[in-house]
Amino acid sequence: MTQQLKKVPLNQLHEEELKAKMVEFAGFWMPVRYSSDKDEHMTVRQAVGVFDVSHMGEFFITGDKALELIQYVSANDASTLPIGKAQYSYFPNGKGGIVDDLLVYHLGEKEYMMVVNAANIEKDWQWIQTQNQNIGATLTNRSDEFCLFAVQGPYAANTLQKLTETALADMPYYAITRTTFAGIPNIMLASTGYTKKGSGSFEVFVPQAEAYQVWKKIFEAGAEWGIKPIGLGARDTLRLEMGYCLYGNDITDHTSPIEAGLGWVTKFTKNFIDADLFKKQKEEGISKKLVAFRMVEKGIPRSHYPICDANGNTIGEVTSGTISPVLNIGIGMGYVNTTHNALNTEVFVKIREQLHKAIIVKPPFVD
Amino acid sequence: MNFPDNLKYTQEHEWIRVEGDVAIVGITAFAQNELGDIVYVDINSVGQSLAQNEVFGTIEAVKTVSDLYLPIAAEIVEINPELQENPQLVNEDPYGKGWLVKVAPKNLDDINQLMDAATYQGKL
Repeated sequence: MTQQLKKVPLNQLHEEELKAKMVEFAGFWMPVRYSSDKDEHMTVRQAVGVFDVSHMGEFFITGDKALELIQYVSANDASTLPIGKAQYSYFPNGKGGIVDDLLVYHLGEKEYMMVVNAANIEKDWQWIQTQNQNIGATLTNRSDEFCLFAVQGPYAANTLQKLTETALADMPYYAITRTTFAGIPNIMLASTGYTKKGSGSFEVFVPQAEAYQVWKKIFEAGAEWGIKPIGLGARDTLRLEMGYCLYGNDITDHTSPIEAGLGWVTKFTKNFIDADLFKKQKEEGISKKLVAFRMVEKGIPRSHYPICDANGNTIGEVTSGTISPVLNIGIGMGYVNTTHNALNTEVFVKIREQLHKAIIVKPPFVD
Repeated sequence: MNFPDNLKYTQEHEWIRVEGDVAIVGITAFAQNELGDIVYVDINSVGQSLAQNEVFGTIEAVKTVSDLYLPIAAEIVEINPELQENPQLVNEDPYGKGWLVKVAPKNLDDINQLMDAATYQGKL
């Protein structure tokens, strides 16, 4: 089955005006790099960068049954989520795996938004519609309406503050507000992101018609701090330095959230899909666990490389790996048997048939 | 993008240049641009005699790993010692400071079968 390659609304800007190198990702034609992966990475760590992540999906869940549906289809507890805040969560798939991971934003009274991964928009939409059959919340897939710009880095707040009267320095991490932004009323502005925990993380949901002018205004505002467009290459190294999971690599339809370390967003205070199964896994223990590790010896871990003990016996597999642009060493994540998952355990990554020493660490890799 | 006339080129985007009895091998400006930032060059084949198109090492960018193929049958005699600490030389100067290996060709004439700059450029 061949699927039509989708383009984000500002495709022409990225491809022709900014001359990005484009690649296919999650069914979309996306900018992977504008200048250099490392330079873009450091721009986000030290100044401010903008990602066009308009490929992401936005579902709106509203009405009297909205919370009931969210509570049933996702593992985190949205009943504790105040209006104006966001939480990380995932959809269990009814077989102990994960349909997708997502952010749930509580926008208003009986009004929520889910932001889901681009590759999973169709799958997620089918899934929650099916689950909603006996619940009856009002669901709207508005994925094609918005452009989503992630503005990230230590000067992100300074940049965006020029375009809104909402006091961004006072906005706690994982919040969302509707405000006038770049002269456009009622824009959703969130303090969320995929590059770093805490300050310097913002995402702006912009209607397509205004997207180009908003992008330009953000770049004018950030010019004094050297604002740059950032591609998917740096997005991956930035998230990996934080130890954040990437759906499709570290978590999939076949990985258990308990094994993936998502117990902290798995709340047994309510009923949800697979709750009994996950509870059992938590109580009885699991045989493997997703860990973060950094290389002690030279070498760059990559997805699917074996993880071994000192004798070369395979004890796990890398799911994500790269060189950290900040640390300049290999870092990665992977599943290892629970015989070897303790912090500071020495493990070995098999790179081209040779064992390279690594050590299990607690993420994030950089502060 | 620059493709010097004094080099020969391969389909795998390597270049080779004869210097006396040895030849120098690297990757092209096109190749380094496609790969992005080079972060690691892993070549353990010094002293080995390899056939044409055999893998003599790997080169890693932030996001990708690529095998390096020998343009002609040769013995690998030296690795660019600078690349261990400064792999980005391959990006900055792919035909100069970013050379990969020196090789002793089995038969220097083999080089004449490879593409010239214009032919290589025509295939990109």
